[in-house]
Amino acid sequence: MSVKLKFIEEKIARGFMLLSILIVLFFVLNVLYAVLRRGLPVLTWEMVSSLPGGGFYIGKEGGFLNAIVGSLYIVLASTTIGLLIAIPVVFYLNTYLKKTDRFAYVARIAYDVLFGIPSIVYGAFGFTIMIYLGLRASLLGGIIVESLLIIPILIRTLDEVAKNIPQDLLDSSYSIGSTRIETIGVVVRQIAPAIATATLLSIGRSIGDAAGVMFTAGFSDSIPTSLSQQAATLPLSVFFQLSAPQLEVQDRAYAAAVVLTVIVLILSLSGRFIMNFFSKNKI
Amino acid sequence: MSIATTFSWSLRHAFARPTWTLTEPFAVERKFPRPSDVRLAVDNLNLYINDAHILKNVSVSIPQNKITCIIGPSGCGKSTLLRTLNRLVDTNEGIKISGNVNFGTQDIISAKGSDITEIRRNIGLVPQRPCPLPMSIYDNVAYGCRIHGIRKKAKLDVIVRHYLEAVGLWEEVKSRLNAPANGLSIGQQQRLCLARSLAVEPSYLLADESTSALDPISSKKIEELFVKLKENYSIVMVTHTLRQALRIADYVIFMYLGEVIEQGPANEVFNNPQHSLTKNYLSGAFS
Ligand SMILES: Nc1ncnc2c1ncn2[C@@H]1O[C@H](COP(=O)(O)OP(=O)(O)OP(=O)(O)O)[C@@H](O)[C@H]1O
Ligand SMILES: [Mg+2]
Repeated sequence: MSVKLKFIEEKIARGFMLLSILIVLFFVLNVLYAVLRRGLPVLTWEMVSSLPGGGFYIGKEGGFLNAIVGSLYIVLASTTIGLLIAIPVVFYLNTYLKKTDRFAYVARIAYDVLFGIPSIVYGAFGFTIMIYLGLRASLLGGIIVESLLIIPILIRTLDEVAKNIPQDLLDSSYSIGSTRIETIGVVVRQIAPAIATATLLSIGRSIGDAAGVMFTAGFSDSIPTSLSQQAATLPLSVFFQLSAPQLEVQDRAYAAAVVLTVIVLILSLSGRFIMNFFSKNKI
Repeated sequence: MSIATTFSWSLRHAFARPTWTLTEPFAVERKFPRPSDVRLAVDNLNLYINDAHILKNVSVSIPQNKITCIIGPSGCGKSTLLRTLNRLVDTNEGIKISGNVNFGTQDIISAKGSDITEIRRNIGLVPQRPCPLPMSIYDNVAYGCRIHGIRKKAKLDVIVRHYLEAVGLWEEVKSRLNAPANGLSIGQQQRLCLARSLAVEPSYLLADESTSALDPISSKKIEELFVKLKENYSIVMVTHTLRQALRIADYVIFMYLGEVIEQGPANEVFNNPQHSLTKNYLSGAFS
């Protein structure tokens, strides 16, 4: 191929990359615009700071503080639980088991499968178990199902990065006499940026998930005060309001969606900030 | 050390401001007891990696308080031998070992649990490729002491400074001890790794081409350091620079394709090699 052709080839390739970025941006901005256009005008301080009043769902006064708090409870708790389970699993897979280990192989496939399972299945699974145990829909149920949902995401994302930790790094730690478990400090620091990314991914997934919490967390018009009470969530709140016939109630659904978007934005920005702080040492 | 404490000092040190409290002159006294018997001997060691015979009937005994140089062409098993001495080969896959490696009265090959970590602390390995830990310069040196139970900041300050001075890094890094270690140059990283290993007071220091990334002046400094360290440590170093071996070796082991061809006091091996392979290697026939 002549030099000139190569040049043209590169230009075309660059064109395609630019195009795909533009397409993605187009849809993202469109969604944002649609949400903001209908949501922002009706969004009031009352909505985010008060509980639903008697006729809230037919357009009377009140807000969806119950859903905001419920969602935050579920997301923060399930992300914490998820990380506490995922980090040790990834650590075990990558430092205790050899690269060719059968068990590790099977475990990774299992996590891949779990990764692809839709949240409604987790919800149904959680629901069955709860019925079996005689439990009712509750905050706890929602937290558990969301944890189940994000654990495979966390594990697979972290594992991909942990696989690439240089053996030299682990050796360096071992060679001054540290045990494997003490080396977790080294591993966690090395994969800190990945922990940030994985956390953000899973926050995004769990805060936007309606199907998993529908049966397990239920819905309530008040803020749960214990783990056994039902909890409202933002996606469900959006869903219920959007399916109302009145136009102003539908607009409120968009307002709730705006709040949801803002929460995701705040959580992800702060997540990035915190982890950048920890990732400066990465080798 | 538990996971909780690991995390707590990760956190504390991420937010720590560089504070240097030390003003008066300092001296490092011994922190870890020295084992009574520190002879290190390898007897008839055979090592296979995935059925490839890497070390063949290796028998060497490492003289104490001397510098032992392992020389030999690339790929002859020098690093593997060093890694066997402190059980780092455990991390390789498909390893099969037979033979004896003794540290004092302890059998290194069959050691288990906390014996292994004690062996690794006593027989420190400075890796061929320098690999600082993902933390600050200060923490890199202090890391070993922390996991072996020394946590007091005042004490650690002294230790860190002492060993950074010993490897000639102090002047270069004293103003940025809390900066990430990955910002150092390769040569500086090599010295940092050396300081990190020295800080846990090993009886043996296994240095795998520790001067390969250093300029002649700095590598001379490291050589001087090794000569000084001989008083308290026994040093085994791998080197590709025959001149370096000539300058500082007391004892020389020549390896070729996984076998120890010749070993003995440096002047004998260098001036009067017995084996033709050694002669060829020393005259630069292969490298
Ligand atoms: N994980 C492994 N799997 C298979 N073979 C290996 C492995 N590690 C080392 N070897 C082989 O063992 C032999 C010895 O390797 P080693 O690293 O000890 O050589 P070396 O003498 O240190 O060489 P250099 O001077 O280049 O560092 C080489 O032939 C190498 O290919
Ligand atoms: Mg080597």
